[in-house]
Amino acid sequence: MTMSDAAWQALGLSIWVSIWATLMALPLAIAVAWLLARKDFFGKTLLSALVHLPLVLPPVVTGYLLLLSFGRRAPLGIFLENTFGLVLAFRWTGAVLAAIIMGFPLMVRAIRLAIEAVDPKLEQAAATLGLPAWAVAWRVTLPLAFPGILAGTVMGFAKAMGEFGATITFVANIPGETQTLPSAVHAFLQIPGGEGAAAALILWAVVISFGAIVLSEWLAQSVAKRIAGT
Amino acid sequence: MTLQVALRHTIGAFDLDVDFTCPAGVTAIFGRSGAGKTSIINAIAGLTPPDRGRIALGGRVLTDTHSHIPSHKRRIGYVFQDARLFPHLSVRRNLTFGAKPGQRAPTFDDIVGLLGLEAVLDRRPRTLSGGEAQRVALGRALLSAPDLLLLDEPLAALDDPRKQDILPYLEGLRAGPFHIPILYVSHSLDEVARLADHLILLENGRIMRQGPIMDVLGDPSALPYLGVRQAGAMIEATVTAHGTKHGTDGLSTLRTSAGQLELPGIAAPIGTRLRLRVMAQDVILSDRRPRGLSSRNVLPAVIQDIHMGGGPGAAVALVSGSDRLLARVTARAVREMNLHQGQAVFAIFKATTVAPLRIGR
Repeated sequence: MTMSDAAWQALGLSIWVSIWATLMALPLAIAVAWLLARKDFFGKTLLSALVHLPLVLPPVVTGYLLLLSFGRRAPLGIFLENTFGLVLAFRWTGAVLAAIIMGFPLMVRAIRLAIEAVDPKLEQAAATLGLPAWAVAWRVTLPLAFPGILAGTVMGFAKAMGEFGATITFVANIPGETQTLPSAVHAFLQIPGGEGAAAALILWAVVISFGAIVLSEWLAQSVAKRIAGT
Repeated sequence: MTLQVALRHTIGAFDLDVDFTCPAGVTAIFGRSGAGKTSIINAIAGLTPPDRGRIALGGRVLTDTHSHIPSHKRRIGYVFQDARLFPHLSVRRNLTFGAKPGQRAPTFDDIVGLLGLEAVLDRRPRTLSGGEAQRVALGRALLSAPDLLLLDEPLAALDDPRKQDILPYLEGLRAGPFHIPILYVSHSLDEVARLADHLILLENGRIMRQGPIMDVLGDPSALPYLGVRQAGAMIEATVTAHGTKHGTDGLSTLRTSAGQLELPGIAAPIGTRLRLRVMAQDVILSDRRPRGLSSRNVLPAVIQDIHMGGGPGAAVALVSGSDRLLARVTARAVREMNLHQGQAVFAIFKATTVAPLRIGR
């Protein structure tokens, strides 16, 4: 079961795209999760719905909406290209955006639950000790929510590794540029006799997913132990 | 520095309406659960803004109709009933959590020494006993260099031996180097009597009595708010001797403004000034100097006021020397002995009714 160059490329690209997507989504996911968990504001329900929309929309629809918004002739696409020289449609960068959008609700959900589980009384205590809200979040809420943040990160990474529908619609399936692991598996399976090449990639997908979950479990447990002080 | 508080706040059917001032020293707010004690200090700390009111500390207005300074800018230390230590940090990092670099006294070493925390600095909050956790919470609040310290029933969650552990540290605060007002909320008169200089009696969101603690505890009309079994005035005494000329017999002699007392189990050295809490229900009145009585504690006194309650009891306020005493007797005894204002009587109580907890410095 040897891997073709295309298969290696697809695997490498998926990991690359997933790392970028996770790193870029995480700060925003934490901020949104904190807002949803701790603040009451006008439009909270709307924000929550917007964040969770990709979870319920068919991925193909999400991908098509991305194409409509960020395509090279769409206003946002033109703006990004003219201002930052950034092209998303049919590029690996677009795969990153698709992975961010699709993984975001999963990350926000896990992190929000973890933040909600932090006792607000501890945050009150921190405020009486002279800490402004951002410092309370940084020194009390987020450290205590860390296992949940980690779980959300792993979820986001796993989702990015597996994202297919929105990605293939938005950036297509160009070997070496936008052909991620799932797209490659899909492509191999379209060719008679391609099952062998697909199987190797499938094995890799299982190993990476499994490894990520084990790693996050181990980290979460060691953090929980540290908090418990045993 | 003085704290001035005037608040109106409504939560459902509960209506809080209070107006008081805390001078330097320890002011205690005493009241049953649900009297509104915690609502008051949460408003002072800025955790729950009141509907209306004005709170000022020193010259600084913390809350009024136009402004509400957020908690973190108030410089008010708050020791919660449930300690609220940060579980992910060591005791050391909990203590320094609110400390700013280069801040004025107290220093870390001062506080650790005062509260006896040397041995637990590297431990995690989960491994501490309730008493240790409260001491850390107290140290953490003090190290944030507050202008006011709020204590919300810091002993309520502890069992009796743990309370005895921490009370001396709280007493140390009174005498200590912190010249900041302390507001102490409690439903235990024992703690209040031991720690407070001023007392506010709170019931159903209203202040019933307030003033120097000796006056409030000696006020017969305050008895309904204190509870018949908890009421009792405090007298000042100085330790003059331990044992007799012939050796120790476990009794100590104390001098009060009106005479001499003999009490057991007093560990304080000769010359120490103490506050003794004498429970109203433990005081017996006699209209002449008793003879052939086993009690060694008889103080001459003059009846200042008699407060007849609705029930079978009556509260009798006495002046003994320069101290005040409170006696709870039956209304029938008042009638049959013809007790009246200005009458000279003798107040008698058993030495053992002045328990060690009721003795403060």
